[in-house]
Amino acid sequence: MKKIEIEFTINGKKRKIFVKPNDLLINIIRNDLYLTGSKYGCGIGECGACTVLLNGEPVLSCLTLALTIDGKEITTIEGLAKGDELHPMQKAFLKNGAVQCGFCTPGMILTATVLLRENSNATEDEIRDYMRGNLCRCTGYVQIVKAIEECASEGKTS
Amino acid sequence: MVKLGNNTKLLTQEFEYFAPKTLEEALDLLYEHKDKNTKILAGGTDLLVKMKTIGLDVDYLINIKEIPDLKFIETDEGLKIGATVPLSHIERIEKVREKYSALYEGIKSMAAIAIRNMATIPGNICNASPAGDTIPSLIAYGAELKLVSKGGEREVLVEDFITGVGETVIKKDELVSQVVIPEITKSSGSAFSKKSRVKADIAKINLAVWLEREGRTCKDCRIVLGSVFIKAVRAKKAEELLRGKVVSNNLMTKAAEKVKEEIKPIDDVRSTAEYRADLSQVMAEDTLKLAWERAGGEL
Repeated sequence: MKKIEIEFTINGKKRKIFVKPNDLLINIIRNDLYLTGSKYGCGIGECGACTVLLNGEPVLSCLTLALTIDGKEITTIEGLAKGDELHPMQKAFLKNGAVQCGFCTPGMILTATVLLRENSNATEDEIRDYMRGNLCRCTGYVQIVKAIEECASEGKTS
Repeated sequence: MVKLGNNTKLLTQEFEYFAPKTLEEALDLLYEHKDKNTKILAGGTDLLVKMKTIGLDVDYLINIKEIPDLKFIETDEGLKIGATVPLSHIERIEKVREKYSALYEGIKSMAAIAIRNMATIPGNICNASPAGDTIPSLIAYGAELKLVSKGGEREVLVEDFITGVGETVIKKDELVSQVVIPEITKSSGSAFSKKSRVKADIAKINLAVWLEREGRTCKDCRIVLGSVFIKAVRAKKAEELLRGKVVSNNLMTKAAEKVKEEIKPIDDVRSTAEYRADLSQVMAEDTLKLAWERAGGEL
């Protein structure tokens, strides 16, 4: 299969790379761009560990062909902090102990930022419902929900 | 289902990829490659999973997401939704939230936000799973799919479109260009209900009701169940029981009993046939009553 050139923006930077038709976005992000924050979990859209933002909306990079992001904008967990200043959601996760092994965390945080962008006063039920596609096997979710609630109540959504 | 040892990290199939910018271009490509394994890519949330887990063969892949003509929503009369509009955008349409309750509830019950940002209605229908969550409500509304090919176009009722598990009447050179849902009148109501182990899971049963009220009478209705047969089915005897009758609590209970008698579910990993039958009755009664109330009726 011949490689095709695509051009896209990732975390604010324009990139041009060559990819094969069957290359998945998750593998391009991790192996070619060395952004290893996004995780490969189940590979079939059950766990949410590979969540990235495509034009600002959460999608699963393990079910996205790299070729389809030509001309689009991707945000990964590496794109949230401003220099050394962490994103409020990242701070809230740290403060509330919402991170144990950390594998689900990038997807969790990205999804949570979009939730608060769409609904800045999300209730606990709304948070649990919106986050239902991001699985965590360590925390039991309590601290994660608490972190997002705290971020919402402080109005720090971006 | 994923078997132990399946590698879901990579796609091992080698295929040629196209991203046409116009519908004509896409239809030409489909026609040209109709004798090979040619697949349409929209959301990819079923297609890529099948390629990874059951090794679905693909020679040519046509990504239709870059075609502006397929990315529209018209709400003037009924609903017309372009093929590549993601589910999350449909659930945000005011008219869907306010008038097409069963469709709204069906979509909201599906997977999670990242999947709904990718997946589409035609994808859910063409995948033709007996448990597809948009299918019961669309059949209940009498929705149609517009199929286009190089040679022309035709409209097929969603009810007639699916013929079996993963089987539809679509031809190799056709694609679904839009979903057409008839206008819903003020005196009609709809509701959707789904039972699954956890919220984002695949349905043990899903069920949609649409009914039209005339005073205290049920003028017309459709009751559709998924996950109880090889495809979503209408409970026609129960519908017959309600049609033209004055609605009461008693009548709703009888109709729900009829639903249970009518369906022929099977045992599988998600549920037993016995449980599904019992469940169908309870769900039917609740959903019928809810749709009736939404139509402005009293019990």
